Amino acid sequence: MNLFQLLNGVTFAALLFIVASGFTLIFGLLRIVNLAHGALYLLGGYFGYSIASWSGSFALGIVGAMAGIALFGILLEGGLLRFVRGHELRQVLLTVGVAFVINDMALVIWGGDSFTVPVPDTLMGAVQIGPVFYPKYRVFVFGAGVAVFLLLWLLMNKTRLGVMIRAGVDDAEMVEACGINIRRIYLWTFLLGAALAGLGGVIGGAYLSLYPTADAEILVFSLAVVIIGGRGSLPGAAIGALMVGLLNSVGQVMFPELAYFVIFGPMAALLAFRPLGLFGKSV
Amino acid sequence: MSSVLSSAVRRSSPRATFAWLAGTLALLAILPAYLPTYHVSVLTQILIFGVFAMSIDILAGYAGRTSLGHGAIFGTATYVVLYFVSTSGMPLYFAIPLAVLAATLVAAVFAVLAIRTTGVYFLLLTLALGMIVWGICLRWSVVTGGENGIRGDVRPAVIGDSRSFYYVTLICCTALTYAMVRFINSPFGLTLSGIRDSAGRMRSLGYDVSMHLFIGFVMSGFFAGLAGALYAMFNNFVSPSTVALTQSVTGLLMAIVGGVGTLFGALIGSFVMITLENFVSYYTQRWPTVLGLVFIFTMIFAPAGVLGTIRALRARRGN
Repeated sequence: MNLFQLLNGVTFAALLFIVASGFTLIFGLLRIVNLAHGALYLLGGYFGYSIASWSGSFALGIVGAMAGIALFGILLEGGLLRFVRGHELRQVLLTVGVAFVINDMALVIWGGDSFTVPVPDTLMGAVQIGPVFYPKYRVFVFGAGVAVFLLLWLLMNKTRLGVMIRAGVDDAEMVEACGINIRRIYLWTFLLGAALAGLGGVIGGAYLSLYPTADAEILVFSLAVVIIGGRGSLPGAAIGALMVGLLNSVGQVMFPELAYFVIFGPMAALLAFRPLGLFGKSV
Repeated sequence: MSSVLSSAVRRSSPRATFAWLAGTLALLAILPAYLPTYHVSVLTQILIFGVFAMSIDILAGYAGRTSLGHGAIFGTATYVVLYFVSTSGMPLYFAIPLAVLAATLVAAVFAVLAIRTTGVYFLLLTLALGMIVWGICLRWSVVTGGENGIRGDVRPAVIGDSRSFYYVTLICCTALTYAMVRFINSPFGLTLSGIRDSAGRMRSLGYDVSMHLFIGFVMSGFFAGLAGALYAMFNNFVSPSTVALTQSVTGLLMAIVGGVGTLFGALIGSFVMITLENFVSYYTQRWPTVLGLVFIFTMIFAPAGVLGTIRALRARRGN
């Protein structure tokens, strides 16, 4: 594997982290496996594509997609999931239904063609990294992943909301008993997780392009990241994303047609020893 | 956790159940003579997916482990039949056992990894495993034909017309349903229900919980594989959508709509969902949206399903 492929793996890992961090936050605190996360990613990408094409501004596309998907997240959490609160399996299956509806509606609006979110001129071209010329946009994707990690780390470790989220991951009932409105924290977390899916959609939409099954593909990668990293753990998501990203890169070079299988091996090996993932805690 | 879906409800008397079953079977045997060919094939599909949904219910309703990977097990069998029959001309009576074996092996791999987990983790794992199978079917185009899938004349000429194939399916499905009922009510099947209710208690009674769950999963996969092999003959075509998440969740939804933990409910669910699909597809192409909405409404308003609700109502009246 050469440096170029290694960089590709790291870039993909950064995108995966952005998507999977939102997923793992929701999973960790609300105990909801949000299978609509992939659909939110794709919808975010389409929002970003439409806004960026219409306004000519990539930044506006990102902001618009994040806001739009965050709104979707609020509707999903406050409008639907509240009816099945406390029933893990019903919640999961409900999000499957939501994913179907979102995907089908996206197909109606944007059709089955493949789109690429337009990237600003400043991110076009390549930069030299050591001996290879690497696309600037991919460097940007990597930077975005690192930035999201740092911001989330600050949020979780240095703010009041972060403290409450972390406490909620460990024991939601106790947090409630302390007089904190856990419902509002649920809503904020869901909003944040959804916004991250939207962000991932725009960034990924310019990198991997958007098409009707893109949601399922990113979802299976995110699931692998979370299964490896463990429920609700940001460092877990980062390590999981790096593992999955690099393995995927290796897999695509060495066994192009079985790349999916390459992420499966380590996941299986890990599960044999730690069924709850690297940083997972039992509920 | 699963008790949420499979609410413990009183069973109706064996005689009433038998009367219902005999009536249904008689109806299923007579009906095709008066139905147009198209409806006969819809009925065939209902039976095949009924078996598939029942195989999911064995795990979800009795072992208390909801799988989102059964579509992949079902589809593996379909792929194997179509691949060997259409590319290497293998006779069907070799291809079908091979396909069921392949599906059972896939189920065994899933089982080894998934049985250590419960609840939502089990769901997550089976989902991820199922999606890996989907990814392979989509990308390994040399073997699977990629997005185009594999087409082939699998169904033998003897049962080429839809009526005779219907009767073959009916016989197979009746036998499989009987086998599943026997499996569930066998001493082994009862241990699965015991594990669902309290794994810890079963362990302290001396049962090897992991081994029982493993066997339960593999048996469930075996039945799903048989349904998948039947589907190969029904459809003469397979594509990645046969192993996709949609397949797994549709099967699960059938089991839930009918009533998880009722086994026969899965047949009702299959009837409801496939009839609905045909009805909706006649008017609009937005079946996935309707499917999604059915999912959402079922989860919010009727998680016990048709049979579960009937039994709950009857139990309430009985008290």
